[in-house]
Amino acid sequence: MQERFILQVEDLTVSFDGFKAVDALSFYVEPNECRVIIGPNGAGKTTVLDLICGRTKATAGSVKFHDQELLTMREDQIVNAGVGRKFQTPSVYEDLTVFENLELSYPKGHSVFGALAFKRDAEVRERIEEIAGTIFLGDQLDEKAAFLSHGQKQWLEIGMLLIQDPELLMLDEPVAGMSVAERKKTAELLNRIIQDRSVIVIEHDMGFVADIATRVTVLHQGKTLSEGSMERVQNDPKVVEVYLGH
Amino acid sequence: MQSSAFMTRKDIIGFAILAALIFIVFPMVLDSFRLNLFGKYLTYAFVAIGLSLCWGAGGILSLGQGVFFGLGGYCMAMFLKLEASTPENTAIQSTPGIPDFMDWNQLTELPWWWEPFYSLPLALLAVVAVPVMFAFIIGVAMFTRRVGGVYFAIITQAFAAIMTILIIGQQGYTGGVNGITDLRTLMGWDIRTDEAKTTLYFVNGVLLFAVLFAAQYVRKSKLGRLLIAMRDQEDRVRFSGYNVANFKIFIFCLGAAFAGIGGAMFTLQVGFMSPTLVGIVPSIEMVIFCAVGGRLSILGAVYGALLVNWAKTTFSESFPELWLLGLGGLFIAVVMLFPNGLAGVWSEKVEPRLMALFGKSREDKPAPDGAPAE
Repeated sequence: MQERFILQVEDLTVSFDGFKAVDALSFYVEPNECRVIIGPNGAGKTTVLDLICGRTKATAGSVKFHDQELLTMREDQIVNAGVGRKFQTPSVYEDLTVFENLELSYPKGHSVFGALAFKRDAEVRERIEEIAGTIFLGDQLDEKAAFLSHGQKQWLEIGMLLIQDPELLMLDEPVAGMSVAERKKTAELLNRIIQDRSVIVIEHDMGFVADIATRVTVLHQGKTLSEGSMERVQNDPKVVEVYLGH
Repeated sequence: MQSSAFMTRKDIIGFAILAALIFIVFPMVLDSFRLNLFGKYLTYAFVAIGLSLCWGAGGILSLGQGVFFGLGGYCMAMFLKLEASTPENTAIQSTPGIPDFMDWNQLTELPWWWEPFYSLPLALLAVVAVPVMFAFIIGVAMFTRRVGGVYFAIITQAFAAIMTILIIGQQGYTGGVNGITDLRTLMGWDIRTDEAKTTLYFVNGVLLFAVLFAAQYVRKSKLGRLLIAMRDQEDRVRFSGYNVANFKIFIFCLGAAFAGIGGAMFTLQVGFMSPTLVGIVPSIEMVIFCAVGGRLSILGAVYGALLVNWAKTTFSESFPELWLLGLGGLFIAVVMLFPNGLAGVWSEKVEPRLMALFGKSREDKPAPDGAPAE
């Protein structure tokens, strides 16, 4: 029997010195769903992703991925369970080449001695070249990541996630700070990679959101303001008032 | 395509030049007193190589490497001391058969934890195992709590201070401030003669190369690239599914193992071990050797240890008061002017000119693992 939800977030709360950045938030993500989280600045969008991937420790609540409780797991355990995360600012290893960046994300040899014994075999190379092609960096494999443009770094980070092949992919503003041309290419790339997996995306670009979202959650002050299809959310008077309006 | 080979042509040339210096040039041009001194300098190179991996690649600055150097050295010294303290040699003591300093401190029997050091295999094992065990405990305590950067450096420095105080305070068990002295033979072989010292110099050289090869392997493995990744983007490494703490513990323990071997070779070649080699000052000096040589380069670390120590001997013979100031100035100069040390100067300035001189196109990029200065 296929389970109903891949991710169940229930009563998730985090409080920073009494300020509840996320307040008793619940939402559920189905397999192959693309969930977009929107909301005004400070609504707690990035914090929600931080809580799911273990970067921030929750004060209360539960986050279940399949049947595993993520809140008690370490970041690397969460990743290895199948949750991938892309950060808002591109975070790639600037001193390493594109090839090496992708290689480190390849899901093998992740223990200390595994890493010591890790061999670059044909399979690894093929996979890296394939991914590099997908993210438009096929010709820059030997380039140090420091020399890539902002957009290319974003793509590289997306590639690093792809090579992990996570079941649940979390993207934090993947098209922010990109030129129009890069943005278009990225949208195309994302549309391709969100197939066959569940995705949670934080995004402000409403055109882009409408394009990819299965469902939209609107956050406001750490709580769900509205949830549903793009159309429903856009016509919700509460959403119009706090976010889309003015 | 990417080269993941164990050694590039450039690495092989670098190793070969160093081997020629250590095994051919130094023994030919130096008298046996100076050769022994160079052997002593090279024992610090073991520590500097470990630091180059921990600090240069992994960004983990330890100001307590002297502790591991000292622990290795003390383990060796304990074995040699027991061998020197036969009942015949110590007949004038009130308790013959125990090390002299124990007798002076009114100890009447050997403490139980000295017993294993009657055995050479156990002592040699301890040379590596004891520093690694200490590093492991510190590493687990610090890295799983995500203590890093300056805080880690300060805590390791505190460890160096604690260790010195402990050794000095427990003089009945450790020989106190004098350390363990009057070491004579290794399995009946007198280590004080010139021939023995020359032999030990070569043993030291061979071990140094073994350590260099091990370090080269680590650097060229995926673990080496992970260290650089951790230095730059620790969080990203975590979110690529690695347990960062385990990698830090490993490299810290490896550095400690190297330092322990260096310490044992120091004891053998110099003939004593004392707390002056354990504390804060020697620990910081070891960081300077690594920085001067170029913290990103394992060969640089060896040259750094040699050069700074040679300068120390030369200048402190003529201007003893000025040496510390000179050392401080050197460190500042390295940080401000050439952050990648001698290795950086070589690969950025000297090598391109050499290449141009011989009219060759360069096969490798300069400073393959070079990082922008911090």
